[in-house]
Amino acid sequence: MYRPARQQTMQVTINSKMEALDGEMSVADLLARRKIEPIRVAVEINEDLVPRKTFAERMIRDGDRIEIVTFVGGG
Amino acid sequence: MSSDRYRVGSFEFTSRLFVGTGKYGSYGVMEAALSASECEVVTVAVRRDVLASEGGTQSDNILDHLDLSRYAILPNTAGCFTARDAVRSAKLGRELLQGLDNPGAKWVKIEVLADKKTLLPDPVGTLEATKELVDAGFEVLAYSNDDPILARRLKDAGATSVMPLGSPIGSGQGVLNPNNIRLCLEYLKEDDPDYPVIVDAGVGTASDVTIAMELGADGVLLNTGIAGAKEPVQMARAMAHAIQAGRLAFLSGRIPRKLYATASSPTEGVITPSARRV
Repeated sequence: MYRPARQQTMQVTINSKMEALDGEMSVADLLARRKIEPIRVAVEINEDLVPRKTFAERMIRDGDRIEIVTFVGGG
Repeated sequence: MSSDRYRVGSFEFTSRLFVGTGKYGSYGVMEAALSASECEVVTVAVRRDVLASEGGTQSDNILDHLDLSRYAILPNTAGCFTARDAVRSAKLGRELLQGLDNPGAKWVKIEVLADKKTLLPDPVGTLEATKELVDAGFEVLAYSNDDPILARRLKDAGATSVMPLGSPIGSGQGVLNPNNIRLCLEYLKEDDPDYPVIVDAGVGTASDVTIAMELGADGVLLNTGIAGAKEPVQMARAMAHAIQAGRLAFLSGRIPRKLYATASSPTEGVITPSARRV
Protein backbone atom coordinates (compact mmCIF):
# COMPACT_ATOMS: atom_id res chain seq x y z
CA MET A 1 0.00 0.00 0.00
CA TYR A 2 1.04 3.59 -0.48
CA ARG A 3 3.07 5.19 2.28
CA PRO A 4 4.38 8.71 1.98
CA ALA A 5 8.02 8.28 2.83
CA ARG A 6 8.99 11.64 4.17
CA GLN A 7 5.93 13.69 4.98
CA GLN A 8 4.76 11.87 8.08
CA THR A 9 4.39 13.95 11.18
CA MET A 10 5.80 12.54 14.38
CA GLN A 11 4.61 13.42 17.83
CA VAL A 12 7.49 13.61 20.27
CA THR A 13 8.08 15.06 23.70
CA ILE A 14 11.03 17.44 24.05
CA ASN A 15 11.85 18.48 27.61
CA SER A 16 8.28 17.60 28.62
CA LYS A 17 6.68 19.64 25.79
CA MET A 18 4.69 17.81 23.11
CA GLU A 19 5.93 18.76 19.66
CA ALA A 20 5.14 17.73 16.10
CA LEU A 21 8.12 17.04 13.87
CA ASP A 22 7.70 16.93 10.09
CA GLY A 23 9.47 14.17 8.30
CA GLU A 24 12.39 11.99 9.21
CA MET A 25 15.18 13.50 11.16
CA SER A 26 18.19 12.55 13.21
CA VAL A 27 19.15 14.02 16.56
CA ALA A 28 21.73 16.13 14.71
CA ASP A 29 19.00 17.45 12.37
CA LEU A 30 16.77 18.32 15.34
CA LEU A 31 19.54 20.27 17.06
CA ALA A 32 20.45 22.08 13.83
CA ARG A 33 16.83 23.02 13.26
CA ARG A 34 16.73 24.52 16.76
CA LYS A 35 20.09 26.25 16.30
CA ILE A 36 21.59 24.33 19.21
CA GLU A 37 25.34 23.78 19.23
CA PRO A 38 25.81 20.00 19.71
CA ILE A 39 28.97 20.52 21.78
CA ARG A 40 26.98 22.36 24.46
CA VAL A 41 24.24 19.78 25.04
CA ALA A 42 23.71 16.16 25.98
CA VAL A 43 20.69 14.25 24.74
CA GLU A 44 18.63 11.42 26.18
CA ILE A 45 15.91 9.57 24.33
CA ASN A 46 13.48 7.50 26.38
CA GLU A 47 15.84 7.79 29.34
CA ASP A 48 18.83 6.39 27.42
CA LEU A 49 21.83 8.58 26.74
CA VAL A 50 22.50 9.29 23.07
CA PRO A 51 26.29 9.66 22.72
CA ARG A 52 27.23 12.84 20.86
CA LYS A 53 29.15 10.91 18.23
CA THR A 54 25.94 9.12 17.23
CA PHE A 55 23.77 12.26 16.88
CA ALA A 56 23.82 12.01 13.08
CA GLU A 57 22.82 8.34 13.00
CA ARG A 58 20.21 8.26 15.72
CA MET A 59 16.85 8.77 14.01
CA ILE A 60 13.99 10.19 16.01
CA ARG A 61 10.91 7.97 16.18
CA ASP A 62 7.29 8.74 16.77
CA GLY A 63 6.56 8.90 20.47
CA ASP A 64 10.16 9.46 21.57
CA ARG A 65 10.66 11.29 24.82
CA ILE A 66 13.66 13.52 24.31
CA GLU A 67 15.66 15.40 26.93
CA ILE A 68 18.13 18.07 25.83
CA VAL A 69 20.31 19.28 28.71
CA THR A 70 23.27 21.51 29.33
CA PHE A 71 25.29 22.77 32.30
CA VAL A 72 24.05 25.56 34.52
CA GLY A 73 25.43 27.05 37.70
CA GLY A 74 25.07 24.78 40.71
CA GLY A 75 26.70 23.64 43.93
CA MET B 1 52.06 24.99 52.38
CA SER B 2 52.96 24.97 48.70
CA SER B 3 53.88 21.28 48.97
CA ASP B 4 50.65 20.41 50.80
CA ARG B 5 49.07 18.68 47.84
CA TYR B 6 46.42 15.98 48.09
CA ARG B 7 44.68 13.52 45.83
CA VAL B 8 41.03 12.85 45.06
CA GLY B 9 41.00 9.73 42.89
CA SER B 10 43.10 10.49 39.82
CA PHE B 11 43.05 14.25 40.53
CA GLU B 12 45.69 16.15 42.48
CA PHE B 13 45.14 19.61 43.92
CA THR B 14 46.72 22.26 46.09
CA SER B 15 43.60 24.30 46.86
CA ARG B 16 41.29 22.60 49.31
CA LEU B 17 38.25 24.67 48.45
CA PHE B 18 35.62 23.40 46.01
CA VAL B 19 33.26 26.17 44.91
CA GLY B 20 29.80 25.92 43.37
CA THR B 21 28.73 28.11 40.46
CA GLY B 22 25.07 28.62 41.38
CA LYS B 23 23.17 31.71 42.49
CA TYR B 24 25.62 34.46 41.50
CA GLY B 25 24.13 37.75 40.37
CA SER B 26 26.04 37.59 37.09
CA TYR B 27 28.68 35.51 35.34
CA GLY B 28 31.10 38.42 35.94
CA VAL B 29 30.68 38.20 39.71
CA MET B 30 30.94 34.41 39.55
CA GLU B 31 34.21 34.57 37.60
CA ALA B 32 35.71 37.13 39.98
CA ALA B 33 34.59 35.18 43.06
CA LEU B 34 35.97 31.87 41.75
CA SER B 35 39.26 33.55 41.03
CA ALA B 36 39.43 35.19 44.47
CA SER B 37 38.64 31.86 46.17
CA GLU B 38 41.76 30.33 44.56
CA CYS B 39 39.76 27.15 44.04
CA GLU B 40 40.81 24.54 41.49
CA VAL B 41 37.49 22.68 41.38
CA VAL B 42 34.11 24.16 40.45
CA THR B 43 30.79 22.34 40.48
CA VAL B 44 28.04 22.65 37.88
CA ALA B 45 24.54 21.19 37.54
CA VAL B 46 22.82 19.44 34.60
CA ARG B 47 19.59 21.09 33.53
CA ARG B 48 17.30 21.25 30.53
CA ASP B 49 18.60 23.45 27.78
CA VAL B 50 16.65 26.61 27.15
CA LEU B 51 16.96 28.19 23.74
CA ALA B 52 18.35 31.70 23.52
CA SER B 53 15.19 32.66 21.66
CA GLU B 54 13.23 31.62 24.75
CA GLY B 55 15.38 33.63 27.11
CA GLY B 56 17.77 30.77 27.75
CA THR B 57 21.47 30.22 27.93
CA GLN B 58 22.31 28.87 24.51
CA SER B 59 24.26 31.92 23.42
CA ASP B 60 25.73 32.37 26.88
CA ASN B 61 26.54 28.98 28.36
CA ILE B 62 28.23 28.75 31.75
CA LEU B 63 31.09 26.81 30.16
CA ASP B 64 31.89 29.97 28.17
CA HIS B 65 32.55 31.67 31.51
CA LEU B 66 34.76 29.02 33.12
CA ASP B 67 38.47 28.74 32.33
CA LEU B 68 38.60 25.04 31.51
CA SER B 69 42.41 25.05 31.72
CA ARG B 70 42.28 26.41 35.28
CA TYR B 71 39.35 24.62 36.89
CA ALA B 72 38.43 20.96 37.02
CA ILE B 73 34.69 20.86 36.38
CA LEU B 74 32.80 18.66 38.84
CA PRO B 75 29.28 17.89 37.58
CA ASN B 76 26.74 17.24 40.29
CA THR B 77 23.42 15.40 40.25
CA ALA B 78 21.62 18.06 42.25
CA GLY B 79 17.86 17.97 41.98
CA CYS B 80 17.69 14.18 41.69
CA PHE B 81 15.47 12.38 44.18
CA THR B 82 16.06 8.80 43.03
CA ALA B 83 19.17 6.75 42.38
CA ARG B 84 17.98 6.15 38.82
CA ASP B 85 17.71 9.88 38.04
CA ALA B 86 21.08 10.56 39.63
CA VAL B 87 22.69 7.91 37.44
CA ARG B 88 21.04 9.41 34.33
CA SER B 89 22.16 12.88 35.34
CA ALA B 90 25.74 11.70 35.94
CA LYS B 91 25.89 10.14 32.48
CA LEU B 92 24.52 13.31 30.87
CA GLY B 93 27.13 15.37 32.72
CA ARG B 94 29.92 13.06 31.58
CA GLU B 95 28.72 13.32 28.01
CA LEU B 96 28.71 17.13 28.24
CA LEU B 97 32.34 17.14 29.36
CA GLN B 98 33.62 14.52 26.96
CA GLY B 99 35.33 16.15 24.05
CA LEU B 100 36.13 19.25 26.07
CA ASP B 101 39.69 19.72 27.20
CA ASN B 102 38.87 19.15 30.84
CA PRO B 103 39.33 16.12 33.14
CA GLY B 104 35.85 16.53 34.67
CA ALA B 105 34.31 13.74 32.59
CA LYS B 106 35.98 11.23 34.92
CA TRP B 107 34.11 12.13 38.08
CA VAL B 108 30.77 13.17 39.50
CA LYS B 109 29.43 14.54 42.77
CA ILE B 110 26.47 12.31 43.47
CA GLU B 111 23.50 13.85 45.21
CA VAL B 112 20.38 11.79 45.79
CA LEU B 113 18.11 14.00 47.84
CA ALA B 114 15.31 12.77 50.05
CA ASP B 115 13.17 15.75 50.72
CA LYS B 116 12.63 19.22 49.25
CA LYS B 117 12.37 20.96 52.60
CA THR B 118 15.68 19.81 54.02
CA LEU B 119 17.48 18.69 50.83
CA LEU B 120 19.04 16.03 53.04
CA PRO B 121 20.59 13.08 51.21
CA ASP B 122 18.59 9.87 50.85
CA PRO B 123 21.12 7.44 52.31
CA VAL B 124 19.72 4.33 50.59
CA GLY B 125 19.46 6.02 47.19
CA THR B 126 22.92 7.53 47.57
CA LEU B 127 24.42 4.12 48.26
CA GLU B 128 22.61 2.54 45.29
CA ALA B 129 23.65 5.29 42.90
CA THR B 130 27.25 5.17 44.15
CA LYS B 131 27.48 1.44 43.43
CA GLU B 132 25.98 1.82 39.97
CA LEU B 133 28.19 4.75 38.98
CA VAL B 134 31.35 3.09 40.29
CA ASP B 135 30.46 0.11 38.09
CA ALA B 136 29.99 2.51 35.18
CA GLY B 137 33.56 3.74 35.65
CA PHE B 138 32.96 7.02 37.44
CA GLU B 139 35.07 8.39 40.24
CA VAL B 140 32.21 9.04 42.64
CA LEU B 141 32.26 11.80 45.24
CA ALA B 142 29.29 11.01 47.43
CA TYR B 143 27.39 13.83 49.12
CA SER B 144 26.36 12.19 52.36
CA ASN B 145 24.74 12.67 55.72
CA ASP B 146 27.24 13.24 58.53
CA ASP B 147 26.72 9.62 59.55
CA PRO B 148 29.95 7.67 60.07
CA ILE B 149 28.28 4.33 59.35
CA LEU B 150 26.85 5.50 56.04
CA ALA B 151 30.19 7.14 55.23
CA ARG B 152 31.92 3.80 55.71
CA ARG B 153 29.32 2.02 53.57
CA LEU B 154 29.83 4.55 50.77
CA LYS B 155 33.58 4.07 50.90
CA ASP B 156 33.11 0.28 50.85
CA ALA B 157 30.88 0.70 47.80
CA GLY B 158 33.81 2.28 46.00
CA ALA B 159 33.26 6.01 46.48
CA THR B 160 36.42 7.95 45.63
CA SER B 161 35.54 10.48 48.32
CA VAL B 162 32.80 10.84 50.89
CA MET B 163 31.40 14.35 51.38
CA PRO B 164 29.60 14.54 54.72
CA LEU B 165 27.41 17.59 55.16
CA GLY B 166 28.08 20.26 57.74
CA SER B 167 24.37 21.18 57.77
CA PRO B 168 21.60 21.34 55.12
CA ILE B 169 22.43 22.84 51.72
CA GLY B 170 22.27 26.63 51.70
CA SER B 171 21.30 26.78 55.39
CA GLY B 172 24.40 28.66 56.54
CA GLN B 173 24.38 26.75 59.84
CA GLY B 174 28.00 25.65 59.59
CA VAL B 175 29.23 22.36 61.03
CA LEU B 176 26.38 21.33 63.32
CA ASN B 177 27.79 18.06 64.57
CA PRO B 178 31.56 18.20 64.74
CA ASN B 179 31.67 14.90 66.61
CA ASN B 180 30.01 13.10 63.70
CA ILE B 181 32.49 14.69 61.29
CA ARG B 182 35.30 13.51 63.61
CA LEU B 183 33.89 9.97 63.52
CA CYS B 184 33.47 10.09 59.73
CA LEU B 185 37.12 11.14 59.44
CA GLU B 186 38.26 8.45 61.86
CA TYR B 187 36.36 5.66 60.12
CA LEU B 188 37.19 6.74 56.57
CA LYS B 189 40.87 7.33 57.24
CA GLU B 190 41.47 4.24 59.40
CA ASP B 191 44.42 2.44 57.74
CA ASP B 192 43.94 4.83 54.81
CA PRO B 193 45.03 8.30 55.98
CA ASP B 194 45.03 9.79 52.48
CA TYR B 195 41.38 8.89 51.76
CA PRO B 196 39.85 12.26 50.84
CA VAL B 197 36.97 13.57 52.93
CA ILE B 198 35.39 16.84 51.79
CA VAL B 199 32.88 18.57 54.04
CA ASP B 200 30.08 19.74 51.79
CA ALA B 201 27.17 22.09 52.44
CA GLY B 202 25.95 24.41 55.15
CA VAL B 203 28.86 26.85 55.21
CA GLY B 204 27.63 30.32 56.23
CA THR B 205 30.86 32.16 56.80
CA ALA B 206 34.63 31.78 56.92
CA SER B 207 34.86 30.31 60.43
CA ASP B 208 32.66 27.38 59.37
CA VAL B 209 35.28 26.46 56.77
CA THR B 210 38.07 26.78 59.30
CA ILE B 211 36.25 24.52 61.77
CA ALA B 212 35.79 21.81 59.14
CA MET B 213 39.47 21.98 58.23
CA GLU B 214 40.58 22.00 61.88
CA LEU B 215 38.67 18.76 62.36
CA GLY B 216 40.90 17.22 59.70
CA ALA B 217 38.78 17.39 56.56
CA ASP B 218 40.79 17.38 53.34
CA GLY B 219 38.66 20.11 51.84
CA VAL B 220 35.38 21.99 51.90
CA LEU B 221 32.77 22.45 49.18
CA LEU B 222 30.55 25.51 49.38
CA ASN B 223 28.41 27.67 47.14
CA THR B 224 25.81 29.83 48.84
CA GLY B 225 28.25 31.06 51.51
CA ILE B 226 30.04 32.97 48.75
CA ALA B 227 27.31 33.53 46.17
CA GLY B 228 24.80 34.74 48.76
CA ALA B 229 27.15 37.09 50.61
CA LYS B 230 26.64 40.83 50.16
CA GLU B 231 30.17 41.03 48.75
CA PRO B 232 30.75 37.65 47.09
CA VAL B 233 34.27 38.39 45.81
CA GLN B 234 35.46 39.58 49.20
CA MET B 235 33.81 36.59 50.91
CA ALA B 236 35.59 34.31 48.42
CA ARG B 237 38.90 35.76 49.59
CA ALA B 238 37.84 35.20 53.20
CA MET B 239 37.07 31.56 52.39
CA ALA B 240 40.51 31.10 50.83
CA HIS B 241 42.11 32.42 54.03
CA ALA B 242 39.79 30.29 56.15
CA ILE B 243 40.86 27.12 54.35
CA GLN B 244 44.51 27.97 54.91
CA ALA B 245 43.96 28.88 58.56
CA GLY B 246 42.08 25.67 59.30
CA ARG B 247 44.52 23.46 57.45
CA LEU B 248 47.57 25.00 59.13
CA ALA B 249 45.92 24.75 62.54
CA PHE B 250 45.09 21.08 61.94
CA LEU B 251 48.65 20.29 60.85
CA SER B 252 50.04 22.23 63.80
CA GLY B 253 48.13 20.24 66.43
CA ARG B 254 45.87 22.19 68.74
CA ILE B 255 46.26 22.20 72.51
CA PRO B 256 43.91 20.01 74.52
CA ARG B 257 40.88 21.63 76.12
CA LYS B 258 41.13 22.01 79.90
CA LEU B 259 38.57 23.11 82.41
CA TYR B 260 40.91 25.36 84.40
CA ALA B 261 43.34 28.08 83.43
CA THR B 262 47.06 27.57 82.88
CA ALA B 263 49.07 30.77 83.19
CA SER B 264 50.89 31.94 80.09
CA SER B 265 53.21 34.24 82.07
CA PRO B 266 55.80 32.80 84.52
CA THR B 267 54.46 32.04 87.97
CA GLU B 268 57.94 32.73 89.48
CA GLY B 269 59.16 36.23 90.37
CA VAL B 270 55.82 37.82 90.91
CA ILE B 271 56.03 40.92 93.15
CA THR B 272 54.95 40.56 96.79
CA PRO B 273 51.23 40.95 97.01
CA SER B 274 49.94 43.90 99.03
CA ALA B 275 48.23 43.16 102.32
CA ARG B 276 44.71 42.18 101.61
CA ARG B 277 42.01 44.46 102.71
CA VAL B 278 39.04 42.64 104.08
